Amino acid sequence: MTASVVVTGLGVVSPNGMGVKDYWAATLGGKHGIGRITRFDPTGYPARLAGQIEDFDAEELLPSRLLPQTDRVTRLALVAADWALADAGADPAHLPEFDMGVITASAAGGFEFGQGELQALWSQGSQYVSAYQSFAWFYAVNSGQISIRNGMKGPSGVVVSEGAGGLDAVAQARRQIRRGTPLIVTGGVDASICPWGWVAQLACGRLTTSDEPDHAYLPFDRDANGYVPGEGGAILIAEDADAARARGVRPYGEVAGYGATIDPRPGSGREPNLAKAIETALADADVNAADIDVVFADGAGDPAGDLAEARAVSTVFGDRGVPVTVPKTMTGRLYSGGAPLDLAAAFLALRDGVIPPTVHIDPCADYPLDLVLGEPRPAELRTALVLARGAGGFNSAMVVRAA
Amino acid sequence: MSGRRVVITGIEVIAPGGVGRENFWNLLSNGRTATRGITFFDPAPFRSRVAAEADFDPYEHGLTPQEVRRLDRAAQFAVVASRGAVADSGLDIPSLDPHRVGVTVGSAVGATMGLDQEYRVVSDGGRLDTVDHTYAVPHLYDYMVPSSFAAEVAWAVGAEGPSTVVSTGCTSGIDSVGYAVELVREGSADVVIAGSSDAPISPITMACFDAIKATTPRHDEPECASRPFDKTRNGFVLGEGTAFFVLEELDSARKRGAHIYAEIAGYATRSNAYHMTGLRPDGVEMAEAIDLALGEARLNPQSIDYINAHGSGTKQNDRHETAAFKRSLGDHAYRTPVSSIKSMVGHSLGAIGSIEIAASALAMEYDVVPPTANLHTPDPECDLDYVPLVARDQLIDAVLTVGSGFGGFQSAMVLATPERSLV
Repeated sequence: MTASVVVTGLGVVSPNGMGVKDYWAATLGGKHGIGRITRFDPTGYPARLAGQIEDFDAEELLPSRLLPQTDRVTRLALVAADWALADAGADPAHLPEFDMGVITASAAGGFEFGQGELQALWSQGSQYVSAYQSFAWFYAVNSGQISIRNGMKGPSGVVVSEGAGGLDAVAQARRQIRRGTPLIVTGGVDASICPWGWVAQLACGRLTTSDEPDHAYLPFDRDANGYVPGEGGAILIAEDADAARARGVRPYGEVAGYGATIDPRPGSGREPNLAKAIETALADADVNAADIDVVFADGAGDPAGDLAEARAVSTVFGDRGVPVTVPKTMTGRLYSGGAPLDLAAAFLALRDGVIPPTVHIDPCADYPLDLVLGEPRPAELRTALVLARGAGGFNSAMVVRAA
Repeated sequence: MSGRRVVITGIEVIAPGGVGRENFWNLLSNGRTATRGITFFDPAPFRSRVAAEADFDPYEHGLTPQEVRRLDRAAQFAVVASRGAVADSGLDIPSLDPHRVGVTVGSAVGATMGLDQEYRVVSDGGRLDTVDHTYAVPHLYDYMVPSSFAAEVAWAVGAEGPSTVVSTGCTSGIDSVGYAVELVREGSADVVIAGSSDAPISPITMACFDAIKATTPRHDEPECASRPFDKTRNGFVLGEGTAFFVLEELDSARKRGAHIYAEIAGYATRSNAYHMTGLRPDGVEMAEAIDLALGEARLNPQSIDYINAHGSGTKQNDRHETAAFKRSLGDHAYRTPVSSIKSMVGHSLGAIGSIEIAASALAMEYDVVPPTANLHTPDPECDLDYVPLVARDQLIDAVLTVGSGFGGFQSAMVLATPERSLV
């Protein structure tokens, strides 16, 4: 049973634009959202740049009773879900409750909420820890809160595969639609720009120490020396194609193929597995490499990661065989939110026949990639490939096709 | 449906009361409890001071000093148990295409123990708002993002196929195995090393459950503190542990002559869309998950020989799932033995679902229903046969196991002998 699964709604919360319209205008215009951290004073830390969402007023967008029990990440996810449902023209109050599910990715849960409660615990005592700590920080919080807010009783799920998780969530949503649930809210949002979250991210050793926002996160550049983390992501409405048609909705496009692998243990001497994930996704979509019109690359932003990705892409597509872009150069890496945001960009690119640019980079000639640089590139686009990797060696690839 | 059926061919368990599936099964079949006063830290400031702690020495189980430093306790459990499950299965992973071997690890709260300890250090006991990165352990990022558990397991067993962590709170342990079953059924993998792990016995976890009075304050008799379905129950006992499985496609398992514990015949998860921690007493959404799992298993409700309950021992949970069993199984619910192993090993959050799948498979293996310990005073609201105190010999061909968790998630899984007749 391989029912066609389409995406009918997008909800974007991104450092360079809130909502699909602003995000897409900023992305085509090369406007980035990277700057020095303002949420706390980053002076003493070796990395000080982040992709922050500056104009988000949760009080205006969500009921006040939800605020004390939610981390910033959940507020962003709830609003993104509201926007995605509206974009899909889907009113959950008028759909059967067991016919809607929620499957999201997370990397860090409500980490800032956790920081506050850990501080209460260790500075004041256990009796000062909030009753909401039992669910506000854990990785399942966004799926749970979205299902409750929208009365969705179908299958829920949460996957954690660091930066690859966003694609894994959408793939799991597709599975559940094929098993009979017509609509799944999916994607992912992450946000942990707080001192405790920052110290944890610093420990990964891959954050850039640059202080120049337009010369910091530089995937495929000779100067690549780490990434800028960000907050945000995208929530997508995935639907059974027939159910969407019956609702009279025109989808953005189809989730046509997916593949996932994990790299071998470091030091094993075995080859990394991104190319294998791409090949699996192409086969799953029943397309050849030549059918792919654009690749949204993962863009690690460090020499080893960039080299591995450039090799995988050229192995499958040949040297400079396909246009490649990294719009996340305008947002920073959003962990589990990054790939869903790239999926949103891919669907918008298919809709408008234009490839969004990669900004800030001067590509290293060693990588045989046809990077779309500086300006958007008009193109006839029918099929796109989105790549996402996660720390620890997770590789996911997803093929999306125009409606 | 492709027709591919998925079976368990290897099991390993680390649980309170004993490391290894034999020790685990001995505890359960003898109705012994492993709950005790907390020893990991001074529990005096807490409302609830009991827990089910595992006596686990990572060095005894082959972890190296660097692995012990790198891995949070929950990840240590996962690495040891995943290796144990592979050994039990007799599967030679290096002889397989590693891209066809996947990993799925469930965990509700990831490396919460490591995070709690490290926060205390980098904040200097909560004094610093701007926490000090120079005191952070090098693997703090792997504590923050628990997909590190799936990577560690994949490295430990040599898997290179689809790998992820499933984190749906207290149903993670069922949902991770359910996710893995779907990978094999759809053909994305031929083998998945699946299970779950949590090690949450840490001050922050005790404090947050104290705040909502979810855990029991019965510390005068810690060994009797977990009392599912008993009228005097007043909260769960926090536990820790892990269970891992080797899941394979039925025909290839038969072909290699593997020992088959059980088929994972049906699985479903649904949400109550009601409250992050509260449950409506009617059990409608759990019943929906049970009905779907039975349907997928192509079994009538009357075929279920044993229900391995969530049975956390909170007032609302035990009532909720009793209602769900009656709703799905009708009169058969009254004739089916129901038990909660949380009475013996506590509630290890995201791990317990997998530990309960292990208990269900071992119940089928030995034709023994594990009991509900500490059940002395029946509750009129919980009026099924909960197998009090003493295990029961009984032929078991099909088991229903369920989970319920924060976020409103309700999951159900049916294990059955692959030789059953399909309706």
